[in-house]
Amino acid sequence: MTWLLDLTPDEWNAVRLSVKVATVAMLFSLPPGILIALLLARGQFWGKTLLNGVVHLPLILPPVVTGYLLLLTFGRRGPAGAFLAEHFGIVFSFRWTGAALACGVMGFPLMVRAIRLSIEAVDRKMEAAAGTLGANPLWVFATITLPLILPGLIAGAILAFAKAMGEFGATITFVSNIPNETQTLPSAIYTFTQVPGGDEGALRLTLISIVISMAALVASEVLARRVGRHMDIE
Amino acid sequence: MSVVLDIGHRVGDFAIEARFESAGRLTALFGSSGSGKTTLINMIAGLIRPDKGRIEVDGRALVDTRAGIFVPKHRRRIGMVFQDARLFPHMSVASNLRYGRWFTPAKERYADMDAVVDLLGIGPLLNRRPLKLSGGEKQRVAIGRALLASPGLLLMDEPLASLDEARKAEILPYIERLRDETKIPIVYVSHSVAEVARLASDVVMLAQGKVVASGPTEAVMQRLDLLPAEERGEGGAVLDTKVLRHDETFGMTVLASAAGEIRVPRVAMKTGAPVRVRIRARDVMIATEKPTGLSALNILPGTIVAIRPGEGPAVEVDIDCNGATVLARITEQSRQALELRLGGKVFAVVKTVSFDRANTSAGLTLDVDG
Repeated sequence: MTWLLDLTPDEWNAVRLSVKVATVAMLFSLPPGILIALLLARGQFWGKTLLNGVVHLPLILPPVVTGYLLLLTFGRRGPAGAFLAEHFGIVFSFRWTGAALACGVMGFPLMVRAIRLSIEAVDRKMEAAAGTLGANPLWVFATITLPLILPGLIAGAILAFAKAMGEFGATITFVSNIPNETQTLPSAIYTFTQVPGGDEGALRLTLISIVISMAALVASEVLARRVGRHMDIE
Repeated sequence: MSVVLDIGHRVGDFAIEARFESAGRLTALFGSSGSGKTTLINMIAGLIRPDKGRIEVDGRALVDTRAGIFVPKHRRRIGMVFQDARLFPHMSVASNLRYGRWFTPAKERYADMDAVVDLLGIGPLLNRRPLKLSGGEKQRVAIGRALLASPGLLLMDEPLASLDEARKAEILPYIERLRDETKIPIVYVSHSVAEVARLASDVVMLAQGKVVASGPTEAVMQRLDLLPAEERGEGGAVLDTKVLRHDETFGMTVLASAAGEIRVPRVAMKTGAPVRVRIRARDVMIATEKPTGLSALNILPGTIVAIRPGEGPAVEVDIDCNGATVLARITEQSRQALELRLGGKVFAVVKTVSFDRANTSAGLTLDVDG
């Protein structure tokens, strides 16, 4: 088993980077994910179908296409990329932040879907009752809606994390495959398979990939069960 | 404290045009399902916005469509108890109770946790989870939660409708305590004559979205013709009486009413305590002479003041017994045989055993002083 943990510094970096990218992608997707899920679950506005379509686009487009669109938009010379670099000093292209952006975008539809379903399952009568007790809409959301959708929130977050851990196509298209900067686990595995004698390294990283994904899955199960027990809806 | 409501509202084919004013301790919005009573109470709570009109509580306009006023529900300070309790499943009973208190400005908090817990007998439930409570317990916690937000008005939307008879009997005394021991006025939605007769000081009777009668309970409940068809058999006179004495030998209580003494099955109340009784019209017989050799114990002399056609073969007769009106439902055949007419002197006959728990609003079980 020791050979499994006997990683080269570059391999360790790939593991660390992947976890970092996936975590950042998940955390930054949560607020807009909740907002969009709320809009789709409860909003009534012109263009709702369009918004729904755009959110789900990364799910059906080839990842390479999504990556290329990101490159066009958030690249150095892309409209959004140039603006962010100039005004906020945020650069995405060929940086790990770009990998996080690509992973976030790819996982976004899965996250929104899970949260939206849980919002639709919330009994709005509970919210009305909280309103009559003096809670304004924001407090109602924070104290009633949010706790009631917590299982869906956890499920959505873990899905997005898992998707980010495995994201390859959009990431490599958008930010390439630079060791220590944008080379995540899948990219590193891909690199190993492209060089002679890389099989052992590829297998090591594959096993690590499986362990991390399983751990995330188990963590979500445990969390969901704990929340469920707390609410007596086991 | 008063509630003034004058609204017009339309949902699909159903139109509501309602106007009433009440300053009672407990005002019942009474009518069959579909009469619009729940819509009205939801408008007072701020859960439904009326198309047009005005709602005022204690002189404060909550809704005035002409002036563009609509106070959102969280700023109305009106407590609401729903038919389905609606306790928050992710909080303990204690957290549910404290929820509204949190949003109440400190200087407006008058409700005391211990007093409310005591009043409703929910002390042993505080650490429990709402989903593990019985229907009756849920409803008591829901009442407590509304009270602890220190509301200026308490709304109750059929709080007993989803409970069985035993659970209803468990909660009714608590609502009576609420009415008698707190200062919060209550608006209570119900379709049950028994509940309204027992609890309400004032009644607003609704039918097809319109107010058909409103006023003190004794007066409104006499309008048997306005009762929903399914509740007509329950209709009758509502009399406010006092406990005169207890008859220990036969397990009865003698009540003093304007109409005279009324003997009912023993109620556990002190002498002098107020007891409201409902005498179902169908339980009342009419005699033209004082009957003898009759098992019925209550024989009240009076004068016929009204005769109305009733359902099918029945007529409804109002008998004025020394200022209190007793209603009788008899057949047209009997009316003709006895030659009953307005101004006729008659006796209203009621069996003691026709008063049951639901008919005598006996309130709490207190020590009887003999």
